[in-house]
Amino acid sequence: MLKCRKLTAILIGILLVVTMVGCGKTSTNTAKDTVKIGLNLELSGAVAEYGQKGQNGANLAIEDMNKKGGVLGKQVEAIALDNKSDNAESASVAASLAQKGIVGIVGCMTSGRTEAAIPVGLQYKLPMISPTGTASEVTVDKATNAVRPYVFRVCFLDPFQGQVMAKFATDELKVKKAAVLFDSSNDYSKGLAQAFETNFTAAGGTIVDKEAYIEKDKDFKATLTKIKAANPEVIFVPGYYNEVGLIVKQGRELGITVPFTGGDGWGSPQLVQIAGAEALANTFFCNHFSASSTDPKVQAFVQAYKAKYNSEPDGFAALGYDAAALMMDAVQRAGSTDPAKVTEALAATSGFQGVAGTITMDKNHNPVKAAVIIGFDNGKEIVKATIKP
Amino acid sequence: MSEFTQQVINGLALGSIYALIALGYTMVYGIIKLINFAHGDVMMVGAYVGYFSITLFGTNLVVALIFSMVVTAILGVAIDYLAYKPLRKSSRIAALITAIGVSLFLEYVFVWLFTPSSRSYTQNVISQKAYHFMANQVTITGKDILILSVTVILMLLLQYTVKKTRVGKAMRAVSLDQEAALLMGINVNRIISFTFAVGSALAAAAGVLIGVYYNSIDPLMGIMPGLKAFVAAVLGGIGSIPGAVAGGYILGILESLVSGYGSSLYRDAVAFGVLILILLIKPTGIFGQDTGEKV
Repeated sequence: MLKCRKLTAILIGILLVVTMVGCGKTSTNTAKDTVKIGLNLELSGAVAEYGQKGQNGANLAIEDMNKKGGVLGKQVEAIALDNKSDNAESASVAASLAQKGIVGIVGCMTSGRTEAAIPVGLQYKLPMISPTGTASEVTVDKATNAVRPYVFRVCFLDPFQGQVMAKFATDELKVKKAAVLFDSSNDYSKGLAQAFETNFTAAGGTIVDKEAYIEKDKDFKATLTKIKAANPEVIFVPGYYNEVGLIVKQGRELGITVPFTGGDGWGSPQLVQIAGAEALANTFFCNHFSASSTDPKVQAFVQAYKAKYNSEPDGFAALGYDAAALMMDAVQRAGSTDPAKVTEALAATSGFQGVAGTITMDKNHNPVKAAVIIGFDNGKEIVKATIKP
Repeated sequence: MSEFTQQVINGLALGSIYALIALGYTMVYGIIKLINFAHGDVMMVGAYVGYFSITLFGTNLVVALIFSMVVTAILGVAIDYLAYKPLRKSSRIAALITAIGVSLFLEYVFVWLFTPSSRSYTQNVISQKAYHFMANQVTITGKDILILSVTVILMLLLQYTVKKTRVGKAMRAVSLDQEAALLMGINVNRIISFTFAVGSALAAAAGVLIGVYYNSIDPLMGIMPGLKAFVAAVLGGIGSIPGAVAGGYILGILESLVSGYGSSLYRDAVAFGVLILILLIKPTGIFGQDTGEKV
């Protein structure tokens, strides 16, 4: 009990210091005339890693822009608040950001938090850009099918990944027979499997076997033996890295040599650890961004990111960068810091060069952009292709 | 045919794991009539001990296996001493609920200590060799052979201990009648501790083998295999050592065939369906003696 109290005292102490430092910063900065961008991010809580990386990316974008002289001749300033990976916090964070004279909000990283902040954006008529909210309801109201006027995103949607991987299978791998093994306890996985199936059969391919598993399963050998007997030329596994790693490993152990493919759920260094470098040869997944791309714009970003944060940027960092860069680009194009004009400029975005692809907004405020196909060479990620919609 | 053979091999590997865990369930039940629901989590602890032995101390697999079995045996005895022994004279439901408490305690202490994310054993502790048969359609890996042989060896050792040694004789005596055994000068508490030690060591072996075989461990990994092993123990006849092993293999092969010829989504439903059927039709299981006692 005594220990508990001590810990609480220390935590409160830390909290006080942090708040005081935070206060100091804002008071010195507000003195200058700056363009302010609000960041509503998951800086702590369950998905803190996403938010922290998104913030790193966004801060880097703002720093880059300030080095070039800022926007509309003014320096840009980020006001970051933590939504604690919580829906209610996200709404209150958005509301308090709205009081700080910002041009718009970058956030949140997850679809649920972004949706929670939407009413606030609507109330204050503030544009919001979600770096990585991939659910379709983020920008389109499901009930009325109307586009949400103030919400944008810089990432592609889940079904698009299924479409991309179907295209990759028919055009690049040049195969006609595919098997699908998806996580039936997960909407993301089901959505990708559905989109893959639709697009692959539309392109003249056949699905020779469709199997399901449930999150946390460990043994896939029986299912894989069944898939092997159906003789597919490619196996699409749109799951998360934990199960995917085991599936690829056990598949290779059973003598399955055809490619395994999947979506951005594969993107984790853990995948190589679980599956092993050898098993990952001849496997491919699509992602928003790859740090190993040879594109000079991407490489410049990767170098700057490494220099500042001493780690390699991933999709969250790259899309955080793009979201902040797009917001500033829209302010520049609008020629004003009036949120209404910035919103108009965002909706009219066309050919914006981001580090994670070129963005053109469609009528539903979703970017039309290419996906990167990543393969493995001895456990190291390599860019295999870029597939445009 | 080759597909069927492969499915049976898959089932044998899976069944070995169920059998090893089921042995612990069945032994503890045989002695003190307690379904030790923390058993699957003891297996998880074993997997972590093996993991740290290999990654931190760089030991080879055999050393890791033995080290993990020893550490986990001590843990098993400690759990009995702290959680179950004080309740020995209470109702069986109290001990059962305590077992569930111990299970949750182990799971979430490990989540707290080592985060809920999964870890992987290093690949080089076991040969990655695979043997192909029947025109490359059937594969047996070195790991399949390892897991099968370790299970069979441990089961034979256990059977020998219970049937041929003094301590085994004492165990059987305690299982038949605790008070009579006590009157015959058997230290009942020591025998119960010994049972927990052996059962936990077997679970640790299963944990390390799962770590090596699937290359992925996490703090909640014990729940499902624990429940399946419980089904296996009931299927074979709870309290019976050959029954636990047979139950494990039957369940493993059954699951493989259901996944292979039906759908993997029905697999768990079939496994627990078997439990319900057995309890309805023959509650004593395949090898169980009919003592009029039900689980």
